[in-house]
Amino acid sequence: MGQKNLPMREALRRALLEEMRRDEKIFVMGEEVGYWQGTHRVTRGFIDEFGEKRVRDTPISEMAIAGVAVGAAMAGLRPVAEMMTINFAFLAFDAIINHAAKIRYMFDGQFTVPLVIRAASGWGDQATASHSHTPEPIFAHFPGLYVGCPATPADAYGMLKASIRDDNPVLFTESIALYSRPGPVPDDEDYLVPIGKSDVKREGQHVTLVAYARGVDWALQAANDLAKEGIECEVVDLRWLRPLDLEPVYESFKKTNRCVVVEESLPHFSFGSEIAAQLQENAFDYMDAPIKRVTAADVPLPFAKEIELMALPNKDKVIQAVREVL
Amino acid sequence: MPNKETLLEWYRQMTLIRQFEEKCHALYWDKRITGVYMHLYSGHEAIGVGAVAALREDDHAITSYRDHGIALARGIDPKPLMAEMMGKKTGISGGKGGSMHLASREHNFWGGYAIVAGHLPLAAGIALESRYNDKDAVVLCLLGDGASNNGYFHEALNMSAIWDLPVIWLIENNGYGMGTAVHRVSGQPELHKKAVAYGMKDLGCVDGQQVLEVYEAVSEAVAYARERGPVMLEAVTYRYSGHGVSDRQYNTRLEDELRDWLENKDPNKLFCQYLQSKYKGIDEQLHQLDLAMHALVEEAVEYAESQPAPTYDDLFTNVYA
Ligand SMILES: Cc1ncc(C[n+]2csc(CCOP(=O)(O)OP(=O)(O)O)c2C)c(N)n1
Ligand SMILES: [Mg+2]
Repeated sequence: MGQKNLPMREALRRALLEEMRRDEKIFVMGEEVGYWQGTHRVTRGFIDEFGEKRVRDTPISEMAIAGVAVGAAMAGLRPVAEMMTINFAFLAFDAIINHAAKIRYMFDGQFTVPLVIRAASGWGDQATASHSHTPEPIFAHFPGLYVGCPATPADAYGMLKASIRDDNPVLFTESIALYSRPGPVPDDEDYLVPIGKSDVKREGQHVTLVAYARGVDWALQAANDLAKEGIECEVVDLRWLRPLDLEPVYESFKKTNRCVVVEESLPHFSFGSEIAAQLQENAFDYMDAPIKRVTAADVPLPFAKEIELMALPNKDKVIQAVREVL
Repeated sequence: MPNKETLLEWYRQMTLIRQFEEKCHALYWDKRITGVYMHLYSGHEAIGVGAVAALREDDHAITSYRDHGIALARGIDPKPLMAEMMGKKTGISGGKGGSMHLASREHNFWGGYAIVAGHLPLAAGIALESRYNDKDAVVLCLLGDGASNNGYFHEALNMSAIWDLPVIWLIENNGYGMGTAVHRVSGQPELHKKAVAYGMKDLGCVDGQQVLEVYEAVSEAVAYARERGPVMLEAVTYRYSGHGVSDRQYNTRLEDELRDWLENKDPNKLFCQYLQSKYKGIDEQLHQLDLAMHALVEEAVEYAESQPAPTYDDLFTNVYA
């Protein structure tokens, strides 16, 4: 099978474009998705190809964007709704959590909600406190919703397609920092990354690094540096926070007996907390060191570049954590 | 009718805002101001200056992220404002807020807010305190056309109406929310009419490029709010530099429209012409004000660049009281 080198933004765009060509029930809605060509250019060119019926610019009405998409999905359409950034999904939280995630259960299977909510996520570039969230773990708290967070263009492509084809609601976040990052993407319109399947992005026998989205990038950078001194890290990319596939983490941990969790999100009640809890419950006998978490600092993100960077995780913080568990 | 001294003060403020914004723009492209978000007030000057002029000092103002002009009109020193743009410790928000989050408690300027329409309920809450404690201060809440389609708008307006809260809801209709024209996303494109749905006083629509018109309309709104309760007013305007500084494509797309506003409806130009025709021989005085504001902005930049950045310890201060 051939492949192309594409930035993640373009991989996402192609996935969405091909799915819309394949199935007329799929439409996109959100702020600036049409004539503005998408805030992050993921829907560039869509309005010309599909017109206003299937590419729907909305008012700045997050509550209704999510809620209307839920209703349309219940009625049989397959909406792909866009939150310009995940920060604004807080305004839509109720529709996503109380309705998208629960409607199937509450009515005992009478309705399905084949919905994807895409949102750009992440902090950095001095976006400030209100515009700097990475709250995927919060959404992953709730059963009934899937949460997908790709780290590479190929995963972005296959995960978005799988999300669109699935009959369940998916919150799909796209790391802003990774949009322009290129990588190989398979030339296969039916390339699907199974929902709830983790991926080992690098093999190693000394430490297990567990991450998702941008955290994978920091983990891989750290692993490259550490390899120069003979420390081999295994990097497990969870890809989906729900369903959570920890099998590859346990497999790896049985070999390394050490684990560092890397994430862009906040430390309290976090992704890292969950991984650490499950590892000690399920692989306690293999544990040779405390599980370390590399996260953002436990503060709202400030504007000033100097201290903003201090608050963020990075490669060096991962390297330091690895040294602490070795 | 405001006297000559007052009018000159307005001219001074409008000039200061324009110079400040143009400087911010230049500094941004020079990478002396960094970050992804900065939304300039150029084109809106007559609204900020005319509306704030209608307030007493103990009245309150609150706005969106497009907040530089309101901060300056409230009389905040440009130095700590420019320092905030550069993320300095002596910035008005300690370098933590940036361009979108300017505030000065001392000036009863309750801040710029980056979540569209998120500040509307806050405005109602500040007004609630005024009523609760038998004060007669009012709240001027500026919001964009796009914000009027958000759920926050509905809930905040309705609550202000049922409790007769003293808020002036002033919509700065600059024609667009990012790239989306008003009529494409608002079922009622005459935005001030939305007041009717809440049983709220609708004061209609004014030309947002005429500082005197804005001043008069907002004065009437303030008087109404102080006595009775919430009131809505719309002011029509235009933004000159795209949605935010990083939005470079917008102005190239709508070049003709932009040129028309710049040439024929620029608030600063119109007000300058008004003053020149009203007061013969005022030109030299206006020119001196232009120069003085230029110097003031340069001083602010010099000050800001000389200031220290926040340090690691600052990262953890003021998370809690
Ligand atoms: C709740 C929310 N949704 C989306 C955004 C992104 N956004 C920032 S400004 C803006 C447009 C706002 O337009 P308008 O209210 O007309 O104000 P203007 O920028 O024209 O002053 C959008 C969509 C946001 N900041 N907050
Ligand atoms: Mg607007």
